Amino acid sequence: MTKVILPELGSGVNEATVSYWHFEEGDKVTEGEDLVEMTTDKATFNIPAPCSGVLSEVNFGEGDAVKVGDVIAVIEEAEG
Amino acid sequence: MIETYCSVIDFGLIDYKKAYKAQLEFLMSRQLNEISDVLILLEHPHVYTIGRLGSKSNLLINQRELKKREIFVYEVDRGGDITYHGPGQLVAYPIMNLKLLNLRIIDYLRKLEESVIRFFEDFGVNSTRKEGLTGVWVRDKKIASIGIGVKKWVTYHGISININSDLDYFNLINPCGIRKLRMTSLASVLDTRIDMHSAKRTFIESFMEVFGFRCDGKIPALD
Repeated sequence: MTKVILPELGSGVNEATVSYWHFEEGDKVTEGEDLVEMTTDKATFNIPAPCSGVLSEVNFGEGDAVKVGDVIAVIEEAEG
Repeated sequence: MIETYCSVIDFGLIDYKKAYKAQLEFLMSRQLNEISDVLILLEHPHVYTIGRLGSKSNLLINQRELKKREIFVYEVDRGGDITYHGPGQLVAYPIMNLKLLNLRIIDYLRKLEESVIRFFEDFGVNSTRKEGLTGVWVRDKKIASIGIGVKKWVTYHGISININSDLDYFNLINPCGIRKLRMTSLASVLDTRIDMHSAKRTFIESFMEVFGFRCDGKIPALD
């Protein structure tokens, strides 16, 4: 089980909003593939999947605010 | 050892959609590590673009007027609201791997601003950031706007700096979604037309300096 966490954004900004999910709960994801698009005031950025597996938990929906360090999603790693 | 080379490409005056397609191609190549970081410089024909946080309500003219003035409107996948691009405005799209540069996303925005502030210093113009806002200002007027996108930690979209821009075009929108935001240009501040070629050179220098890139002084697209 690997947690997908909102990384440090820098310069005192500690929140971003989920703007688009590229995958749904239950989908297979590949390491390095963009998982979720986040938006701050002037930046739209994607968080890639930290590992391959199944997206087993999505904790924030589109439009939700996420704080740095929050667990956005969980990936159940592929076996073998 | 981190690769700290950044190449520069000058597209000249180029259609927004064409440049967007080129950006995506560079973005993909950069993600696959096929190319080094790249700084794309260009000017667009008259166009309004609306970012992820934007709304068409900040566009203050109707379809017919847009058509008459030959202005295109695009909704795009960068941060920020509506902005204007047009001839005389220096647009920079850095395609850079933030992970390899060890840069966090908002720190990257601040560095972009820093490169613009240093650029203006070279022209003897004092510019600043504004608390809580992104972009660069000369006194109470905005002179440079920023809106970026990041995919697989590689940046695209970027900065637009008003050099000789026709500022009237900003009056037809609420720039950045802010009502009555006043814009200016380097030419207005200095009360003289600026040579775009030398503006590009100056910007390349300040950009490379701020991001710590090696710059061999040769810029193929410009020389």
